[in-house]
Amino acid sequence: MLNAKIPAGPLESKWTDYKGHCKLVNPANKRKLEVIIVGTGLAGASAAASLGELGYKVKAFCFQDSPRRAHSIAAQGGINAAKNYQNDGDSVFRLFYDTIKGGDYRAREANVHRLAEVSANIIDQCVAQGVPFAREYGGLLSNRSFGGTQVQRTFYAAGQTGQQLLIGAYQALERQVALGNVKMYSRHEMLEIVKIDGKARGIIARDLVSGKLERHFGHAVLLCSGGYGNVFYLSTNAMGSNVTAAWKAHKQGALFGNPCFTQIHPTCIPVSGDHQSKLTLMSESLRNDGRIWVPKKQNDTRKATDIPEDERDYYLERRYPAFGNLVPRDVASRAAKERCDAGYGVGSSKQAVYLDYASAIERYGRTEANKQGKSNASMEEIIAMGKEVVKEKYGNLFDMYEKITGENPYEVPMRIYPAVHYTMGGLWVDYELQTTVPGLYALGEANFSDHGANRLGASALMQGLADGYFVIPYTIGNYLADEIYSNAIATDHPAFAEAEKAVNDRIHQLMNIKGKQTVESFHKRLGKIMWDKCGMARNEQGLKQAIAEIQALKKEFWSDVRIPGEIEQMNPELDKANRVADFIELGELMCIDALNRNESCGGHFREESQTEEGEALRDDANFMYVAAWEFKGEHQWELHKETLNYDVIKPSQRNYK
Amino acid sequence: MEHYHMNLNLKVWRQKNNQSKGEFKLYRVENISSEMSFLEMFDVLNEQLIRDGEDPVTFDHDCREGICGACSMYINGKPHGPWQANTTCQLHMRAFKDGDTIVVEPWRANAFPVIKDLMVDRSAFDRIIQAGGYISVNTGNAVDGNALPIEKDKADSSFAAAMCIGCGACVAACKNSSAMLFLSAKVSHLALLPQGAPERKSRVMNMVAQMDKEGFGACTNTGACEATCPKEISISNIARLNQEYLMASLTAE
Ligand SMILES: Cc1cc2nc3c(=O)[nH]c(=O)nc-3n(C[C@H](O)[C@H](O)[C@H](O)COP(=O)(O)OP(=O)(O)OC[C@H]3O[C@@H](n4cnc5c(N)ncnc54)[C@H](O)[C@@H]3O)c2cc1C
Ligand code: SF4
Ligand code: FES
Repeated sequence: MLNAKIPAGPLESKWTDYKGHCKLVNPANKRKLEVIIVGTGLAGASAAASLGELGYKVKAFCFQDSPRRAHSIAAQGGINAAKNYQNDGDSVFRLFYDTIKGGDYRAREANVHRLAEVSANIIDQCVAQGVPFAREYGGLLSNRSFGGTQVQRTFYAAGQTGQQLLIGAYQALERQVALGNVKMYSRHEMLEIVKIDGKARGIIARDLVSGKLERHFGHAVLLCSGGYGNVFYLSTNAMGSNVTAAWKAHKQGALFGNPCFTQIHPTCIPVSGDHQSKLTLMSESLRNDGRIWVPKKQNDTRKATDIPEDERDYYLERRYPAFGNLVPRDVASRAAKERCDAGYGVGSSKQAVYLDYASAIERYGRTEANKQGKSNASMEEIIAMGKEVVKEKYGNLFDMYEKITGENPYEVPMRIYPAVHYTMGGLWVDYELQTTVPGLYALGEANFSDHGANRLGASALMQGLADGYFVIPYTIGNYLADEIYSNAIATDHPAFAEAEKAVNDRIHQLMNIKGKQTVESFHKRLGKIMWDKCGMARNEQGLKQAIAEIQALKKEFWSDVRIPGEIEQMNPELDKANRVADFIELGELMCIDALNRNESCGGHFREESQTEEGEALRDDANFMYVAAWEFKGEHQWELHKETLNYDVIKPSQRNYK
Repeated sequence: MEHYHMNLNLKVWRQKNNQSKGEFKLYRVENISSEMSFLEMFDVLNEQLIRDGEDPVTFDHDCREGICGACSMYINGKPHGPWQANTTCQLHMRAFKDGDTIVVEPWRANAFPVIKDLMVDRSAFDRIIQAGGYISVNTGNAVDGNALPIEKDKADSSFAAAMCIGCGACVAACKNSSAMLFLSAKVSHLALLPQGAPERKSRVMNMVAQMDKEGFGACTNTGACEATCPKEISISNIARLNQEYLMASLTAE
């Protein structure tokens, strides 16, 4: 039943062939076609700008006060592209291969190859828009390396790559707003998909300032609403990131792909107490130069700087000599958890490991001394010069660490611990990025498509922009070409009225509970269940328990939540309640999916399925498929499988040793 | 780092909506950890207010990492509070001590009307960008990224200006509510790059015209903006903006 619509022909020419043969919409007709875009992060802003440029009538929505503030803004480390500017052996094929392998052979070959193909265009486009990427003294673009790869293909702008890319896309979007091709609805939250004759035809959105519901028609609807890591309450995602748009689509018939595939990022600032509202990432790029270690002795309470070199366990370098500190994220995270669980953790919570820059500072200092011809520089001078170099590369990250912890990372090693960071799962989409609801598309982190069971660093920005700038402009034409005869549907159509009523009823129901517990407290409890039982390690018993606990939590939420204020006013607690209600339902599905997938792959680690050395053990014979779940009713889902065929790459057990 | 706990008095601006008149209200929060962020302290206050059946305080925030530019509180007379080069969300409670009274207000500027409590409408900034804060290049039109080398120092200065997070603290700090620092950051970001050259003149003219239309005040070079900017956007960008503007007006037909 699931048709991924992968074009026939050899892998390298699928996309070119597709583009050569897909249907086109002529310019006069484009002006009559309306496209709704929910979300204006990298995926949504790039799609809105590009579709606006093509001449479609675009309406774009975001819940922040400006599209420039989407969660994409927070991405730090960089964006991959197969440019091979460094002449170190990179190619489209290698980027494709690394992404498939990094994803532990749970992604679709055709999609990933297309991603690698368009990656180079993304960099060109961004440079043309004025994105100030880091450059070398010769004026050419600079690269760094990221986890899970052995080439330097990551483009960056200090530790603010996401910001610079988003500003570029935002400016392109605002240009289309000025030209009248895009109408922007900020501080709006999409709360329902409107379907007419089985096709997505619009949305119900709430104006968050007035609290009023609005109806919007579109010939097609694009969801670019980001990831759902906040189901864990604590994550590196922005506070507002949520699953609501994707979840409403799911309940309207869009299948949800691999919901349990979550990325836990190894280098985040550890939790400091119960008050914690979110976690902060320390970019993966820090693993380029930093070394990760714990004391060799359990419960060592000495200060890091007092622990001599030979009493330190650089456990990543020890366990994975080939990749060392640059193993993929899932591997690094589990290794940190293993050490902490075994009693070697550091800091007051003992749930942390060290990320140490001392040797990098010295190494850079020596290089700098050489460059400046200071052959007899003192150690102090060398360290001072090294600190300058590190500051130029990572200054903003070090500053952020100091602001949060009050400790100076130039002097003492940083304390880090894994945290929820990204969700590989999302709405199931075919090769054209269309969900199982005709006319409804999902782009960026909101879809499940390209990262399999684990995403490599610097690949989400690439995917978001690939989807928005270079994929959807073609694939949407293939659908809209048949829509040129459908006139815009007036929003007094019964389907709109019905959808609006459903949203309205639900909001009133929530407000009328008038219980005792705050939305936040429910969200925290959900997060704890998810982190303990569906987090870095999962097992059958825990997952079954989690499902029961979440079902009970749902009942409690719907009978005892307290939402202050009124409906028709600015009411952030109500906004949050809408989102948490959906997170609770999603949490249940994630546990069901994790329970079904009785294998370990990528970020999904089932304790029942590991090698003797404690590495993740895949089960290709039974699980080489995408689990796409269909919503059937409360607590009920049906599993559909999309079998993954590897025609070009031969899956092997990942080995970073 | 030593951690401690504190009790605080908060004097917070409450305003139901754009039409209503606002006022300060006093609240007390107890047992606040020095490890909390300023917004986490507000989370504690809000949980308390909800339990007491009162309306929680509305404020803008999202990333809580100092990069999205959403957070915007005027704390003890300073936008984003007492720390240098910092946003409200990255201010941590170790900046305060037991018994302190903290006064919290929204950004105040005609061009930033209050929506509710501490939340203001900064859409004027988006409209300034719409007036010309971009390079007109459609998707697919680009040449190879390395086709045009850019001197590292130019690229770095452009990046330094592009770091602006559009928070509006510069406007809130300025006695004239001028948006010149914000505007100059965008003009510099694009003017310093060869890609930005073709639209250099129209960009600066149109953006300045839009800024005036939005009701921001004139710049009298007091430097309050630079001192308060969380991203340390340099006031030298304003000099560059003035130069660009002058050049554009002299050569305009
Ligand atoms: C701290 C951090 C650092 C990262 N660093 C990197 C990195 O270095 N490299 C990399 O490749 N990736 C990185 N990532 C991942 C990457 O940033 C994200 O995956 C990516 O930016 C997601 O983009 P997006 O456009 O899909 O969604 P987002 O940027 O999350 O945008 C979602 C949009 O949807 C809107 N929205 C959501 N729901 C609704 C609704 N119901 N109604 C209306 N609007 C809605 C929001 O307003 C927003 O505009 C990082 C992630 C984090 C958390
Ligand atoms: S110039 Fe500074 S203070 Fe002004 S909006 Fe930009 S970041 Fe904020
Ligand atoms: S909340 Fe994003 S900058 Fe403060």
